[in-house]
Amino acid sequence: MSGTWRAARWVIERDLRLAFRNRGQLLHPLLFFAIVTTLFPLALTPEPSRLRDVAPAVLWVGALLSSLLAIEFLYREDAQDGTLEQFALSGRSLTWLLFAKTASHWLLAGLPLALMSPVAAYGLAVPPAAMPGIVASVALGTIALSLLGAVSAGLTIGVRRGGALLSLLTLPLAVPLLIFGAQATARAIEGGNMAAPMYFLGAFAVLGVTLAPLAAAAAVRISLE
Amino acid sequence: MDWTWLHRFGSPPHLYGLAGTLVPWLAWPAALAIAAGLYGGLVLAPPDYQQGDGFRIIYVHAPSAWLSLMAYTWMAVAAGIGLIWRMKVAHAVAASCAPVGAWFTVAALCTGMLWGKPMWGTYWAWDPRLTAELVLLFLYLGYLGLRSAIEDPQRADRASAVLAVVGVVNVPIVRYSVEWWNSIHQAPSVMKFGKPSISWPMLTPLLIMFVGFTLLFVALVLVRVRGEILRRERQARWVAEVVTV
Repeated sequence: MSGTWRAARWVIERDLRLAFRNRGQLLHPLLFFAIVTTLFPLALTPEPSRLRDVAPAVLWVGALLSSLLAIEFLYREDAQDGTLEQFALSGRSLTWLLFAKTASHWLLAGLPLALMSPVAAYGLAVPPAAMPGIVASVALGTIALSLLGAVSAGLTIGVRRGGALLSLLTLPLAVPLLIFGAQATARAIEGGNMAAPMYFLGAFAVLGVTLAPLAAAAAVRISLE
Repeated sequence: MDWTWLHRFGSPPHLYGLAGTLVPWLAWPAALAIAAGLYGGLVLAPPDYQQGDGFRIIYVHAPSAWLSLMAYTWMAVAAGIGLIWRMKVAHAVAASCAPVGAWFTVAALCTGMLWGKPMWGTYWAWDPRLTAELVLLFLYLGYLGLRSAIEDPQRADRASAVLAVVGVVNVPIVRYSVEWWNSIHQAPSVMKFGKPSISWPMLTPLLIMFVGFTLLFVALVLVRVRGEILRRERQARWVAEVVTV
């Protein structure tokens, strides 16, 4: 058992170290998120009351798209240099190793996105009191999103021009996350009770943790054949 | 337990022949049932007291919507069988279900929009059921897109099978969250289809149409399965024998 834990820790440490040695890749999805949320006031209106109305939609669609951008890199380099094959041959459970990999991906993409969302939200005239709720909802929602992306990214390993296909596979399945995530954010902005949508986001995260690594391992194995 | 029947079912030449025998037995009853259902629905059934003749599109819309979901379920079941027992024929069935199901989804969407224009005053109203149907269409397109993007046919089979199984877990979640989403945005201002108890002269043609469309769907899938089997087995000797005779 301890060997299994050590393997997971090793995967996470390795991913974090590699990411911090190549910070650009880490920053691109965050910059994308910042730019997309900046475009909305320019396209719509600088009027605060209208911006506040669309803020949940802008934040969540932006978060969804930038996570999609980030998930493209989840397996790419490891598939190219053969690390994924070593994972599959290592004798450890591929499910577990990919779960660790998805966890490190969330630490590197989902969590920074959640921490950055108050900045974007402030630009959309969201009152400061709503910020903790927004951070919590984005953090919770991106857990399920990372796990969902781990499956669809596994299916598109080695597919030419896989980026557009990856969005076609992931976005329809992410509809429930968008609905409840935006709902939680809207409740946070109104100062209402966000428990119900947060429970749903939590339920999706639990469902994702339970099933997604199995599907991701199956997908990666097929792609490595 | 004796499993030879299953193995025989999984043999491509056997399924090819079986599908060929079954198609006329399904297609003719389908044609009859659809003709009878259309006559009953468009001519015999009385006009609705609120919707007039506009309600008659239900005779195409409801069976299409039902089949769009059933085709996805069938596709996922066949894909699961193909993944677990490595049955090549099951992958051919899954691949055949997808385009047929996608077209039934398109039919359900188009008829729903045509019904919406006179009833709601607009083609598109973000009605939860229509929205769920649209997401289902995207799921079909993703499946077909993944299948066509992977060149190696066996990898395409297995990868798209994983997607179909993941999708079928998600379809109910998507469906119910979309319904929840709309109910928090607006009260159900639109009349619900099928909710008011429907009278027998209206219901009977609808049930006949359900039977006819289901038979049509199975027949279409079997025709496609025959094509898929021929394409996949084109190197095999039995194909050469079948085709030259």
